[in-house]
Amino acid sequence: MPSEDKTSMEAADKQLVIALAGNANVGKSVIFNHLTGSRQIIGNWPGKTVELAKGYLRFENYDIEVIDLPGIYSFSTFSLEEVVSREYIAFEEPNVVINVIDASVLERNLYFTLQLMELEVPLVICVNQMDIALKKGLIIDIDKLQAALGVPVIPTVAIRGEGLHDLMEVAVGVAKNAPQEKKPLIRYGAEVEERIEKLVKFLKSIKLQLGYPLRWIAIKLLEDDEEVREQMESESKEIIILANQLAIELEDIHQEPCFSIINSERYSCASRIANDSQINTEIEATLSEKLDRIVTHRVFGYVVSFMVIATLLLWTFLVGNFLSDILSQLFGFFQPVDPVVSGPVISILWNGAFGGIVAGITLVVPYIIPFYLMLTVIEDSGILPRVAFMMDSFMHKIGLHGKALVPLILGYGCNVPAIYTTRILETRRERMLAALAITFAPCSARTIIILGLVAAFVSIEWALALYLIDIFIMFIVGRMAFKALSGETTGLIMEIHTLRVPSFSVVTKQTWTRTKSIIYMVFPLYILGSALVQGMYAFGFLDPISNFLAPLTVWWLGLPAIAGILLIFGVIRKEYILLLLVAIYGTNLALVLTPVQFIVLALIGMLYIPCISTLAILIKEFGWRPTIAIALANLITAIIVGGIVYRLLEFLIQSLIMI
Amino acid sequence: MSTDELQSESIQEYLEVIYKLSQNADKVKNSEIAKKMNIAPASVTQMMQRLSELGYVNYYPYKGVNLTVEGRRIAKKMVRRHRLLECFLHYILKIKKDRVHDQACEIEHTLNDESERALCQLLKHPDKCPDTRNPIPACDLKLSSCDECMKKKRRDLGEIGKRDQDVISLADPALKEGQKARIAFIRGGHKMIRRLLDLGITVGATIVVLRKAPFRGPVEIAVRGSNIALGRTVGSSVFVEVLGV
Ligand SMILES: Nc1nc2c(ncn2[C@@H]2O[C@H](COP(=O)(O)OP(=O)(O)OP(=O)(O)O)[C@@H](O)[C@H]2O)c(=O)[nH]1
Ligand SMILES: [Mg+2]
Repeated sequence: MPSEDKTSMEAADKQLVIALAGNANVGKSVIFNHLTGSRQIIGNWPGKTVELAKGYLRFENYDIEVIDLPGIYSFSTFSLEEVVSREYIAFEEPNVVINVIDASVLERNLYFTLQLMELEVPLVICVNQMDIALKKGLIIDIDKLQAALGVPVIPTVAIRGEGLHDLMEVAVGVAKNAPQEKKPLIRYGAEVEERIEKLVKFLKSIKLQLGYPLRWIAIKLLEDDEEVREQMESESKEIIILANQLAIELEDIHQEPCFSIINSERYSCASRIANDSQINTEIEATLSEKLDRIVTHRVFGYVVSFMVIATLLLWTFLVGNFLSDILSQLFGFFQPVDPVVSGPVISILWNGAFGGIVAGITLVVPYIIPFYLMLTVIEDSGILPRVAFMMDSFMHKIGLHGKALVPLILGYGCNVPAIYTTRILETRRERMLAALAITFAPCSARTIIILGLVAAFVSIEWALALYLIDIFIMFIVGRMAFKALSGETTGLIMEIHTLRVPSFSVVTKQTWTRTKSIIYMVFPLYILGSALVQGMYAFGFLDPISNFLAPLTVWWLGLPAIAGILLIFGVIRKEYILLLLVAIYGTNLALVLTPVQFIVLALIGMLYIPCISTLAILIKEFGWRPTIAIALANLITAIIVGGIVYRLLEFLIQSLIMI
Repeated sequence: MSTDELQSESIQEYLEVIYKLSQNADKVKNSEIAKKMNIAPASVTQMMQRLSELGYVNYYPYKGVNLTVEGRRIAKKMVRRHRLLECFLHYILKIKKDRVHDQACEIEHTLNDESERALCQLLKHPDKCPDTRNPIPACDLKLSSCDECMKKKRRDLGEIGKRDQDVISLADPALKEGQKARIAFIRGGHKMIRRLLDLGITVGATIVVLRKAPFRGPVEIAVRGSNIALGRTVGSSVFVEVLGV
């Protein structure tokens, strides 16, 4: 149902903006995707959505713009996501805010709801994940909740689309009546309210234009919110003095810092409402709880953590190999893809381009699909936070805490979104350390190289060994960087959500979205690259470049000279290393490279530099200098490790022959 | 120094050692104590009997000892003073990390409550010692946060009073899985307290310890209906009163 941009003036009253706000991992993006047909990332771990996303929907003659906000726990301003959400809700003035809350964690979610109510925005509450609450034995009385909050409350199971139609109806209804309606208020304790009132009175008398509601400013001043205080200081010194004085009065009564007094008020309010409107029936341990015990068991937990990665890789190889064989046979019809090196230019280029297509279809797609399928299953099951929990103390060895494992594992899919996801970490230093480690994570493109070169032409054991070597290198480099970048490591603080069976529709859709982006955006590149390289090869442009790099590639790494070209192209897309080799030499690579060369080439391909898209995101997130440092760290590591491994393997083979 | 003081000093030393050794096991063997303190096993056995008579340890023949509530209280106080002093010697007096331990050992027995508190305030409520990076136990004053301690800077100790019940940190091995507890005190600056607060971890909230990861990993607690994992450093700054099992 996507609709046109809202520019025409006459339809102005038929347009609405609806924002989805709430705690992390409550299901905002599932609802957003369902309503707008968008493809926001979904998974069972907190912090997926980091920037606000827009989508469009047509509903009852309204053109509705829906906004998916990052999940946050409060409107303090300690993290970027909090500021993004707070400013959006206060200044962009959406017609209605849908506060999505997790039915199974009612109390803590209501704490955020109360803060939204302080902002006095038109509000609808969506109590999502009703199915999970029920499984946990929680029965929620929607009417009571609605009465206590004074705003419409709609129960939903977003994953099945249940209740979403009602939700939209009510939201549109609220938006229509919003301007005339009086906003409901939740009152806190008498001593606090008294002082809020005094501040509001004073604020009214000085008449400021601030965008935020006065009561909210009063509360934030009492809480000593830095941003608000700074803004107000420039407007009026007296208000700050008054606020301080009132805060001290409160502190004298409660013997606590004022911000914690106000938050206690919110929590006691949230706790009262939650207790009044939910019944907790005792039930036996659910399947999910039993599984949870295994996943975080002191022995099995580590086995499971290891299996997460191992399964991902083995599954990809086995299924990928199977699919690849079938597809190769189907395309065998067009085979052999032997390069054409003489004849008319057009036929050389055409042959190169065609080789690119065939290689893409037989070597890339069959691996990408099972890979992303499994990754999405892992992501949506909720196992990642458990792995983070178990591995926290190991991650401290490279200056990170357990949460950094989540982007790291996502890095096995693609480094780009993984580097985005480092935003779930607290400091810039930790984000950079994590980004460095991620650039060493063998993404799906590198997996294709390893499988296509080593597993296919040497052995699968060697392919797995490469992954282990990679983890080892990641650890060593990470530890060196940690020692070089001084600073304290933040402690882990992370919410852990219920384990669950991944949703079929989420998994299939997300796998398709990811596969599609490879096919649409990357296939043209394969085709172009293959044609280009074959053309260059036919006209003898490759030799000068290869020869220039020969001291490094041939002497130090023991590779054929052509490797220079492969590695240069590989910066654009790592798959080129494999694809161009096929474009130049045809599919039977065993004739061209020795087993040692396969291993070294795959190793170098895995380590030597982040691809262009990764470099771009690094520059965007961290700037030039850290990016250059990270790229150099990759390059140097690759050259050192590659040279050593080459010599070691040669030495091993020599001594084996001697025996 | 009178013989009494000397004796109490050596009792304190023993309790401290038992406390540290019991971070890794439920019961501490006499031989371990002897090794750690560099003393003949026979004299350790003798001392353990005395400590047991004084009500500081529970003595299990052939199995070892563990601390009683009172023994724990004294041991923690000494460990706290020791580690605070190490911080003072290292961060303020700039003495090298590897040399602060012995000096702290000597001063710790003569420090009193008032200077202990002043030291903690001066050092901005440190959470671990500089040399071994072990956590510093909480003070025994009736306070819910370091902020409160600073707010009440002028009030003396008598006015503030002592805690009714001993508090232990979430990272403490004595806190077992399945244990119910109430949060009594959170150490640390605004930022950390606010992050915890946003997740529902506030003084007064009731929690259940769900599990503890091995290798000094995080601890997972249930609070206000949600499950939250806290790394050991964070956990060692959240102190709870244990509620009936
Ligand atoms: N069983 C069940 N699972 C749900 C429901 N709604 C969402 N989920 C699951 O909850 C998880 C989180 O959903 P998201 O939509 O990604 O959450 P979000 O609020 O956008 O999270 P952030 O972007 O991290 O703030 C996913 O694993 C969903 O499959 C529901 O109604 N029932
Ligand atoms: Mg989201």
